[in-house]
Amino acid sequence: MKIAVCIKRTPDSESRFKIAASGAAIDETGLKFDMDDFAGYAVEAALQLNEKAGGGETVVYAVGPDTVQESLRKAMSMGADRAVHLKAESVADGIAIARALAAELKGGGYDLVLFGKHAFDSSAGVVGTATAELLNVPCVTAASELSVSGGKGLARRELEGAAEMVEFPLPAVVTIDEGVARPRYPSLKGIMAAKKKPLESKPAQLGTVRVTVTKMELPPERPAGRILGEGVAAIPELVRLLQSEAKVI
Amino acid sequence: MANVLVFAETRNGELRKIALEAVTAGRTLAVASGGGEVHVLLAGAPGIGSKSGQLAKYGADAVIVVESADFAQFARESLAATLADAAKSGGYRAVVLGFSAQGRDLGPRVAARLDAPIASDVTELAVNGDAITVKHPGYANKVIMTLTLTGSPVVLSVRPSAFTAAESPKAGRVEQGKASPASGVTVKVTEVKEGAKGRPDLGEAPIIVSGGRGLKAKENFKLIEDLADALGNAAVGATRAVTDDGWRPHSDQIGQTGRQVSPQLYIAVGISGAIQHLAGMRTSRTIVAINKDKEAPIFKVADYGIVGDVLEVVPALTAAVKEARKGH
Ligand SMILES: Cc1cc2nc3c(=O)[nH]c(=O)nc-3n(C[C@H](O)[C@H](O)[C@H](O)COP(=O)(O)OP(=O)(O)OC[C@H]3O[C@@H](n4cnc5c(N)ncnc54)[C@H](O)[C@@H]3O)c2cc1C
Ligand SMILES: Nc1ncnc2c1ncn2[C@@H]1O[C@H](COP(=O)(O)O)[C@@H](O)[C@H]1O
Repeated sequence: MKIAVCIKRTPDSESRFKIAASGAAIDETGLKFDMDDFAGYAVEAALQLNEKAGGGETVVYAVGPDTVQESLRKAMSMGADRAVHLKAESVADGIAIARALAAELKGGGYDLVLFGKHAFDSSAGVVGTATAELLNVPCVTAASELSVSGGKGLARRELEGAAEMVEFPLPAVVTIDEGVARPRYPSLKGIMAAKKKPLESKPAQLGTVRVTVTKMELPPERPAGRILGEGVAAIPELVRLLQSEAKVI
Repeated sequence: MANVLVFAETRNGELRKIALEAVTAGRTLAVASGGGEVHVLLAGAPGIGSKSGQLAKYGADAVIVVESADFAQFARESLAATLADAAKSGGYRAVVLGFSAQGRDLGPRVAARLDAPIASDVTELAVNGDAITVKHPGYANKVIMTLTLTGSPVVLSVRPSAFTAAESPKAGRVEQGKASPASGVTVKVTEVKEGAKGRPDLGEAPIIVSGGRGLKAKENFKLIEDLADALGNAAVGATRAVTDDGWRPHSDQIGQTGRQVSPQLYIAVGISGAIQHLAGMRTSRTIVAINKDKEAPIFKVADYGIVGDVLEVVPALTAAVKEARKGH
């Protein structure tokens, strides 16, 4: 199959954040960056689907400044065949990113286009679904299982307190939830091979950007916790506090 | 002055809690933009119109009822088309949905169809002249972003429980609307697997009892279930360590890559408090932790902690809760 995967470069999700002097960005000093977690699952899912199909092509796309090439190389070191960098400033408008991706993916002849369910930084879950609409192909969001058989896609989606099994024709867009696949670590051989794989870079067609980050702040710290005691002896005090102070039971 | 269109989420013919919360958010926006009306799109299988009254009670000036047998299931493409067409023909300032499984799916579809800017998982909103500004926790709840959206309409999906559904009776004029067909090939639902009955969903439960690897074995989740039963109206959650081991389904996972919850009471049992777990529950109102390691990071965020063995403490806590709630 011919599969495209769209990936974002984000700070590592274990990071502790500080706000930059501008007040509208995070301070990037000392932060580690990587491809966003769910997009990593999507790359792995694409590689496994093609391995299972016994061949095909996996192409990775990223919209952003030159630094996103790092994430594209990483995806190629995992096994993706080639990469396309759509060059632009970082933007917070998911529809604009979708516009740039759709313009590029249209006519690419992909059977599947995979995205993460949402990116760690934006935590929005917009780009994949919006790209599908712009391409006018079926879209399955937040798939926790995915397979392809007989030219048809099958997926599972977690709903609140239920799950939905769906079937869809290809070509299609799927946004990937955890559960589909944990990303593999690139092998040394993979890392060497990735250096020689094609990475094309061209300007992104974002169009008008209408969502901007105008402020960033850290959430209020929780007040320091209290250890009530050890073992079952602490239970009466806990129950008392839950009743009288927290008023939850 | 500008009107706002709200999507009323339903499942199995019932309004969901988030539907009323979205109406409240829509009302907030209508008031902030100079006192427009709140119109609610209520789409579902035939009979769904009977829920209009409840929407009026919570602040719908008008309810656009669209009944179609197709909507017995989550007909995502047609629902998105119907919502986008209603938004277009009514000239609304904003379309408001919930950031729930349905709303997460529909919001970006509607925004793309309207070529409108969208903000997801909104916790606060305001009008600033021609722009709408919203707060949205990003970076797995570690950074609060303020986003400014220009242009009209805008699409906003609101975080569950961020806006409290408040009674505010309005006329609730009922208008009959029409379902718009999907514009291309569609995703077919082949089966809906209902989860465990008798427990509220993690996103709606006022109390969550959550278990980690400290429970030692799958069978010991019974202790968590018992405590949840004793508390009443409580849901059961888990860490990724536990869902990875197959002790609980992935849908129970709380954290950065699982569900993000904010109950009144969160009881963390045998959970270390990894940063990815905290990302999903640190905004809970009251947090209780039970862990045998007094240095466990979970104690840093827990209002009340007990250092001890879960296999001893939890059954005793269950008994004490039963005693305290006698008569409930
Ligand atoms: C990209 C990424 C995403 C992730 N997403 C998530 C996520 O969404 N949700 C999530 O939960 N994790 C997530 N994780 C995993 C996370 O880092 C932790 O590994 C996980 O949360 C640990 O689960 P745990 O607390 O159950 O297990 P552990 O960390 O093993 O902790 C077990 C705890 O139980 C205590 N204990 C042991 N025995 C007893 C006893 N008898 N009585 C009392 N206490 C006892 C121990 O002291 C310990 O504190 C993610 C990780 C990555 C890298
Ligand atoms: N700038 C980008 N370039 C390529 N793919 C992206 C970009 N931003 C987001 N995506 C993809 O869209 C998913 C959802 O992102 P978001 O809508 O920002 O939550 C991510 O997991 C990526 O797969």
